Amino acid sequence: MKKIEAIIRPHKLDDVHTELQESGFSGITVSEVRGYGRQKGHKEIYRGSEYNIEFIPKLKIELVCSEHKVDKAIEIIIAKSKTGEVGDGKIFILPVEETIRIRTEETGEAAL
Amino acid sequence: MENKIIFDTIWVLFTAMLVFFMNLGFAMVESGFARSKNAVNILSKNFIVFAISSLAFWAIGWGLMFGDGSSFFGLQGLFGLGGSDNSPATGDAYSGVYSAMSWATVPLLAKFFFQLVFAGTAATIVSGAVAERIKYISFIIFSFILVAVIYPITGHWIWGGGWLAKLGFWDFAGSTVVHSVGGWCALTGAIFLGPRIGKYRDGKVFPIPGHNMSSATIGALVLWLGWFGFNPGSTMAADPESIARICITTNSAAIAGILTSTATAWILLGKPDLSMTINGCLAGLVAITAPCAFVSVGSSLIIGAIAGIIVVFAVIGFDKIKIDDPVGALGVHLINGIFGTLAVGLFAQDIFSPGTTGNGLLFGGGFGLLTNQLIGVVSVGAFTLLISSAIWLGLKKTIGIRVSEVEETEGLDIGEHGMEAYPDFEKVSGVF
Repeated sequence: MKKIEAIIRPHKLDDVHTELQESGFSGITVSEVRGYGRQKGHKEIYRGSEYNIEFIPKLKIELVCSEHKVDKAIEIIIAKSKTGEVGDGKIFILPVEETIRIRTEETGEAAL
Repeated sequence: MENKIIFDTIWVLFTAMLVFFMNLGFAMVESGFARSKNAVNILSKNFIVFAISSLAFWAIGWGLMFGDGSSFFGLQGLFGLGGSDNSPATGDAYSGVYSAMSWATVPLLAKFFFQLVFAGTAATIVSGAVAERIKYISFIIFSFILVAVIYPITGHWIWGGGWLAKLGFWDFAGSTVVHSVGGWCALTGAIFLGPRIGKYRDGKVFPIPGHNMSSATIGALVLWLGWFGFNPGSTMAADPESIARICITTNSAAIAGILTSTATAWILLGKPDLSMTINGCLAGLVAITAPCAFVSVGSSLIIGAIAGIIVVFAVIGFDKIKIDDPVGALGVHLINGIFGTLAVGLFAQDIFSPGTTGNGLLFGGGFGLLTNQLIGVVSVGAFTLLISSAIWLGLKKTIGIRVSEVEETEGLDIGEHGMEAYPDFEKVSGVF
């Protein structure tokens, strides 16, 4: 089992998530985050004083799936969230030690 | 009963209710311009200040302001509205100790209610400038003294038949009586408190953005509406021609203030900052408050336009000299309270209120009126600066006026009130 963490542009969520759902990925977690990589922030001005917004709003999506489905998930995420501009985001793959469904206490792949 | 008394009383009470409603306006503007962690505290200050003001004004404020006495303060009928009075009798038929108000054809309690909501407005002006770092109890005590003592004394000079009134100083609805008195107290408060943590660092000004522009906008429009009570209501009579005209002079100054403050911010700062637009609207309204009955519609457009420009520079200027005013109260109420008062000396025309101001400088009246206005501005300023400073200093040395650094960082909602305004919203972590 692997965990996929992807930082994407907020407005791409609908496209990514719809396609993932249609391709049989059964669960996903989304959180609002702020961060930056190579994309610079922007300046704002409030009542005469300028300030930098360095941390840019992004979404982090997390999903856990069997190893053989990872490539498909990555393909979907990239296809649906890429714009070609700096700030498209990143995908991280992490190993998962165990998964447990709380309701039934199933473990392993059966819990995904 | 005479119809005039009935109509006048309904008018006075209705406009007083509109001015009362401005407490909501101030609460919404101030909390919108401040951070969410202080929202409960700011809302609380705006709520309790009217309660304090009502008590103080009833207890002694009204008596000091409108009681017969010396040229400087009232001496009769001081406590609990207890002086003799046969309102709504007027002129020669009046017998009582509140002769300064004997011209108004309404019952005593109507006069009191109307003047009370004005006093409440002056007190709540302070709350914006001292926001996000003042101790709740210190604000409460200061507000009580403001409405019990400071406001009534200066008010007596101008509306209570005191020395400024006798001199020929005119302030129709209170650019000086209400707005600059509140403004001077706000200034000394902000100075004695010091700036918010993190506002000025290494010679730079760091913005601390407000948490809710929707709230601020609601507040601004409520205040604008309330001003249609503030200004036309100050006729204290349902005189059709003048109340209609004053509605228009009032509105014209507001819209002109909006347009020029927006343009000024756009040109000077690069974008039309909504908070500056809001300040511009209020600045125009404050500036027209003194002259509203005495000037033409054209003049009121000019007055509002100038106010809108002044306020943008004032907001930036106070930051430059490191006086931290989270809501722009000083630019709106103090600076434009002064400007509005002086504007009477420039723009007044005798035709609008015959036998009162005469003509101002720009209409052939010479410097006389303007000089009187200047004397009023300086004397009220000096008195209010001195006495408010003394009170802030006294409070600072005894119970303290500023919350601790830890509390200020955590937010006054927790520190002063033990609760949050938005307990189920996701917390924004330490960006500001």
